[in-house]
Amino acid sequence: MARPYAGRDTFPKLLLANAREKGSLPASREKEYGIWQSWTWAEVAAETRALSLGLTSLGLKPGQSVAIIGTNRPRLYWSIVAAQMAGAIPVPVYQDSVAEEMQYVLDHAGVSFAVVEDQEQVDKILSVQDRLPTLREVIYVDPRGLRNYDHSAMHAYDQVQAAGRAAEADLGSELDARIAAGKGSDTCVMLYTSGTTGKPKGVVLSHDNILITSRAAADFDHLTERDSILAYLPMAWVGDFIFSMGQAYVKGFSVACPESADTMMADLREIGPTYFFAPPSIFERLLTTVTIRMEDAGPTKRWLYRTFMDHARACSAKRKAGQALSLGDRFMYLLGEIFVYGPLKNTLGMSRVRVGYTAGEAIGPDLFEFYRSIGINLKQLFGQTEASVFITQQPDDGVDPDCVGVPTPGVELRIDEKTGEVFYRSPGVFREYYRNPEATAETKDAEGWVATGDAGFIDERSGQLRILDRAKDVGRLKDGSLFAPKYVENKLKFFPNILEAVVFGHERESCMAFINIDLSAVGNWAERNNIAYGGYAELAAHPQVYAMIEKNIEETNRSLAEDPMLSGCQITRFLVLNKELDADDGELTRTRKVRRRIIAEKYAPLIEALYGGRDSVFAEIEVTYEDGRKGRISGNLEIRDVRTFPRREAVGRAA
Amino acid sequence: MSVPPVAEVAATDREYARKETDHGLNARRIGHVIMELKDITLRFGGVTAIRGVSFDIREGEIRAIIGPNGAGKSSMLNVINGFYHPQEGEVWFRGQRRGPLKPHEIAHQGIARTFQNIALFRGMSTLDNIMTGRLTKMRANMFWQALWSGRAEAEEIEHREKVERIIDFLEIQAIRKTPVGRLPYGLQKRVELGRALAAEPKLLLLDEPMAGMNVEEKQDMSRFILDVNDEFGTTIALIEHDMGVVMDLSDRVVVLDYGSKIGDGTPDEVRTNQAVIDAYLGVSHD
Repeated sequence: MARPYAGRDTFPKLLLANAREKGSLPASREKEYGIWQSWTWAEVAAETRALSLGLTSLGLKPGQSVAIIGTNRPRLYWSIVAAQMAGAIPVPVYQDSVAEEMQYVLDHAGVSFAVVEDQEQVDKILSVQDRLPTLREVIYVDPRGLRNYDHSAMHAYDQVQAAGRAAEADLGSELDARIAAGKGSDTCVMLYTSGTTGKPKGVVLSHDNILITSRAAADFDHLTERDSILAYLPMAWVGDFIFSMGQAYVKGFSVACPESADTMMADLREIGPTYFFAPPSIFERLLTTVTIRMEDAGPTKRWLYRTFMDHARACSAKRKAGQALSLGDRFMYLLGEIFVYGPLKNTLGMSRVRVGYTAGEAIGPDLFEFYRSIGINLKQLFGQTEASVFITQQPDDGVDPDCVGVPTPGVELRIDEKTGEVFYRSPGVFREYYRNPEATAETKDAEGWVATGDAGFIDERSGQLRILDRAKDVGRLKDGSLFAPKYVENKLKFFPNILEAVVFGHERESCMAFINIDLSAVGNWAERNNIAYGGYAELAAHPQVYAMIEKNIEETNRSLAEDPMLSGCQITRFLVLNKELDADDGELTRTRKVRRRIIAEKYAPLIEALYGGRDSVFAEIEVTYEDGRKGRISGNLEIRDVRTFPRREAVGRAA
Repeated sequence: MSVPPVAEVAATDREYARKETDHGLNARRIGHVIMELKDITLRFGGVTAIRGVSFDIREGEIRAIIGPNGAGKSSMLNVINGFYHPQEGEVWFRGQRRGPLKPHEIAHQGIARTFQNIALFRGMSTLDNIMTGRLTKMRANMFWQALWSGRAEAEEIEHREKVERIIDFLEIQAIRKTPVGRLPYGLQKRVELGRALAAEPKLLLLDEPMAGMNVEEKQDMSRFILDVNDEFGTTIALIEHDMGVVMDLSDRVVVLDYGSKIGDGTPDEVRTNQAVIDAYLGVSHD
């Protein structure tokens, strides 16, 4: 059977095809020395080939693996395909992981080469290299500070490329043969999942997995070579690999890399991408900055903002209810576009966004509605590393904040009747966890069905999938009612003052919570109200902050009481932690998901105090600094009771 | 690959330096004397700020000047850059004896400095502030600069690129367009260093570069000072109060007390010099 995409079933072949057909279109952009530089597909193909020849001349063999460590830089993206051309397997690694974490991944993947961004990453590798027996060569992009290092097994990226160009005559035909030998079923990339439990697992994905899924999802959203995207999320994350590599190569659109992590907002504004992905936390942070700036603005601006934002919300509510907008409404909306929505979208860097996605965590309905009401086509998707991202996604005309969409073309869904866990099967399903057959067998059954680990159901109104919580986190309170901690935590986190929340309650008589305040939102509030504070711990313990949080939790309880399934999850007591939960302490994953078991162990005395009915507790907490040193924070934490509300049906019966 | 030695394994600075050399590191070459001060005496009326001090600065080294308050450190720095002319003694810079200088000559001789109290244009952006450091390198006259055409345009583009490289080097891209008055103290210090670097100095003078900084900012600044020295080979003379920083950064240290030199040598030598311990680090009672 002739395959429809013969000749472009791997990344290297696709790159050659793009260089041939879209040779003069921009492929990569990067801001360097304050000016955007761009490379066309033809140039990218030449750069990648030079690097690949250089790596080959250094002795890179087919089947070996190459670690890629750094922030989003075109040169690092090229090195992914350069490794693939040489028949090797690229392994992008989270650039902010500490040396120990990095050592585990590099050792587990049996990495022979590492292409890294700068001195910081080189130092990390050197500090653990005695435990990396397979590592042979390190290639760095930015030579700064590395001039005096021992260069017997270390090379500058540019020099490797130069050596590659010089070796074209000797190795060129060998490389062409390696490219031609590549098949869609070959391993394309190995991505280590951050892992909410235990050590990270290496997910092995083939070219077919990535490219077929990318094609299906890109067609679903009608992406073309005219689109553009800003690559700012970690390269080791599957989402970035799909958006900035998979879909970009399949459709041939351009990928821009920000100048540095701090300039991301300014770069977003300058590039004005048409395709944009961000986790809810980033949309939330953007909205928080906007809100803070509006509160500091003059009265006229504040009035304009309030009036038109109210109007946008009203219009969007009408549209959702299926009502037609009146002529007056439309006119007001047009004015709003001129005065508020347009400039706001421009400030956010989203003027040109045609397709925007969010995923990873539940997004607050207010937050979601905010972006949609000003005319940004923000949608949700549900995905996993093991599925090459896409499981479900929302079509342009069917966006429901509570749901995550319909299956991406090619994906089959099944929901376990007993546990409610969602299973899927698709062309994107991963081959295996690297060197971990037990975990592979646990996740993927013989027929190819993969467990998502999330409990959910198909919403009858929209026909879309609705996710409730992690299947293993869903528990029962002592009285037998349903306990869905993440659902409640998300509701809490929708308040701007609350950054993180951890809810306990499995096999307990009621739910209680730890709260992390949002330092930028609460700090701004403190500044406006002349409340002095020395740092996070002091602000978190302030009685007025406690009062504010108490009010937020009360409101959450009120809305939980309306849900007959989850009214048992109302929070009876809480405390505000004197330290922010942090990935360096193992309390969050690198993608900022709460690690429930670790927190329960580490903070056991605090949990006992909550359930022991005490009204304060002395806490001593260990913290890890970025360089790996450890310290302790201690202090007295207040514990407060919160009002709860009777179940709605009970109210109904009483009335 | 061999591991670079870590500070803990070496008992003394000298041993540490030797280990670095063994590993093929520290290829930094300290050259000939770039500035020599002979018997400098500086008086303000009846007050003698510096009394018969001699020392030299070699090309490519980091030279620290330390001493208790009022020891004459800042005055010494002002003698070095030519702002003060000593009543007695000789200043030799790059093989030439230097006489009294006019302000524009001071600016053009290739010595740049930062100040104890930040001296930036607070209303101007980071970019513009660093650009002022290029002023002595601009050749086009005011007429062409006002029209921004011809030579002035080409020149500004060239200068802008130099400035952008410094911005990249100091990792301050995110504040490129921010007025410096709005920046936190540590970043302002970094911008000031950027402006000094923009002049591409032969000799860079840093007057208390870490004053008022927290530990993290000090670490960053130390890193930048070492990188400047390493990447551009810039000779650096600095005044600093944080002993840990001085001992880590500098190749040689000169110690002043009441305007006189009481010690001169490597950090290890200075640390064990009894006169220095008595005068500056406190008398030990054992």
